[in-house]
Amino acid sequence: MAKFALFLGCVAPYRYPGIEKATREVFKALNVELVELEGAGCCPAPVVIRSFDQTTWLALGARNLALAEKKGVDVMTICNGCYGSMFEVNYVLAHHPEKLKEVNEVLAKVGLKYNGTTKVRHFAEVLYKDVGVERIKAQVKNPLSYNVAVHYGCHFIKPSRIKNLDDPERPRILDELVEVTGAKSINYKDKIMCCGAGGGVRSRDSAIALKMTEEKLKNVKKVNGQMILDVCPFCHLQYDRSQKDLPGYDIPIIHLSQLYGMAFGLPKESLGLDAHEVKFKL
Amino acid sequence: MAKVVEPNPEFTKKVENGGPGGETLMACYLCGTCTGSCPSGRLTAFRIRQTIRRAQLGLKDEILPTEELWLCTTCYTCVERCPRMVEIPDIIFILRNFAVREGYMSEAHKKIGENMMKIGSTVPFGDDMKKLRASMGLPAEPPTTVSDTKAMEDFRKVMEITGFDKLMKGGKK
Repeated sequence: MAKFALFLGCVAPYRYPGIEKATREVFKALNVELVELEGAGCCPAPVVIRSFDQTTWLALGARNLALAEKKGVDVMTICNGCYGSMFEVNYVLAHHPEKLKEVNEVLAKVGLKYNGTTKVRHFAEVLYKDVGVERIKAQVKNPLSYNVAVHYGCHFIKPSRIKNLDDPERPRILDELVEVTGAKSINYKDKIMCCGAGGGVRSRDSAIALKMTEEKLKNVKKVNGQMILDVCPFCHLQYDRSQKDLPGYDIPIIHLSQLYGMAFGLPKESLGLDAHEVKFKL
Repeated sequence: MAKVVEPNPEFTKKVENGGPGGETLMACYLCGTCTGSCPSGRLTAFRIRQTIRRAQLGLKDEILPTEELWLCTTCYTCVERCPRMVEIPDIIFILRNFAVREGYMSEAHKKIGENMMKIGSTVPFGDDMKKLRASMGLPAEPPTTVSDTKAMEDFRKVMEITGFDKLMKGGKK
C-alpha cells in the first residue's frame, strides 16, 4: 500500500497531541506507513490567511504540497481544516495555470517548485477507501458499545462538487467507520450542521460560535449521545473547550483516531483523552 | 426618507475578477436558499443572500465595513444547495480580501496572523504542550516550522514576498 506524508497541522500537535499519537499508532497497527513532512507549516488556515490574502494562501499551501512532492508521497491530513484548505489550493492551482505560475515565482525564492502532482487525502477517506472496513474490523480487539454522535464537520465532504467523497446531505462514511468498532452511530437533529468555529468566527466572535456549538450539544444530549466523534481537531477543540462555558452537557469529544485506538486496545495513555477538558467517565 | 444608494458596477467587476469563484456572482437570482440554509444566519442578523445582492450591485460600503461579512463559518451548506452554482464562500473570501485591504480586520485575527509569522502556526506552542507531548512518547517538538529554523525562515519569506506582513500593519479596526 502507498505510504503517506502525515500532515500534522496546528491544533492536533499543539493542542491535542493525543490525536497525533493515536493516528500514528492506529496506522501502524493497520500497516500503513506514514512518513514525516519535515518543515511543514500551517496548511494555511482559511481563517486569516485566505480571508486576508488569497495569494498568500495559495503560496503557503503550495509550499506544503511542494515539500510532499519532493518526497514523492501524497499528503494525509488528520483535520478537516487542513484537508479543505490544501485540497482547494490544489484545485485552484490545477485549474488556473496562471496562479500556479505566480505561486512558483514565490516558491523559487525559497528553493522550491510545485508541479501539481501531490494529492491531498483525508485520513478518514484513506481508512474507508484504501484500508477498507474489513481490514479495520480485523484489528478491533476491544469491541465498543457506546452511542456515538458523529459530527462530520464542514470541510471533509464539502464542497462535494470537487471532493466527490459522499452525499453532502446524508453522508455515511463516518457512520460506517464508527460502527466497525461495534459502537452505534446515533441519529440526531442537524447532524451535518457546523460546530460554529470555522471561518474565523471562533476567534473573532466567540459568543456566536458558542451559540452554534450549544445547538449541537443540545441535540446530542436529547438523544443521549455518550460522546461526539469528529475528524477535525478544530471542531474537537470547539466542542471540548466550549463546554467550560456551557456547563451541564458534559459530553466528551473523541477524534476517530482515538476511537480506533480504544477499539484496537491501545494503551489508554497513548490516546491523550485525559488531557481533554471534558473527561471520559465511561 | 428611504436612503438611495447608487450601484457601483466597477466594484461588481472587481468582485467578479477577484479570484476563483468570483465569476459566478451574477448567476444568483436571489432565491434565498443560502440564507435558509445558513447556520450562522439562524442565530444572527447575517443574511448571506443580502451580501450577495449587495455584491451584485457593487455596494462596497454596505459590505466591507460590516461585521456580517465575518459571520460566515465557511460551512459550504449554501453552495451545496445553490440551484445556480454560485460559489458563495469563494465570494465571501474575495470580499474579505477587499475589506482587509481597506483596513477592516479584527485584533483577534491579526493575532493569528502574527503567530503565523512567528512560528508558522495559528496557535501558540508553549512548554506545557511540549511536556504533554513528551509524556505521551511523542517528540516534544514535531518536525514542523516550530522546530526547523530554515523552514520557518522560508515560511516567513513567502509571507513577506506576498506582502502579508504589510497587510497586517494596515488595520484600523
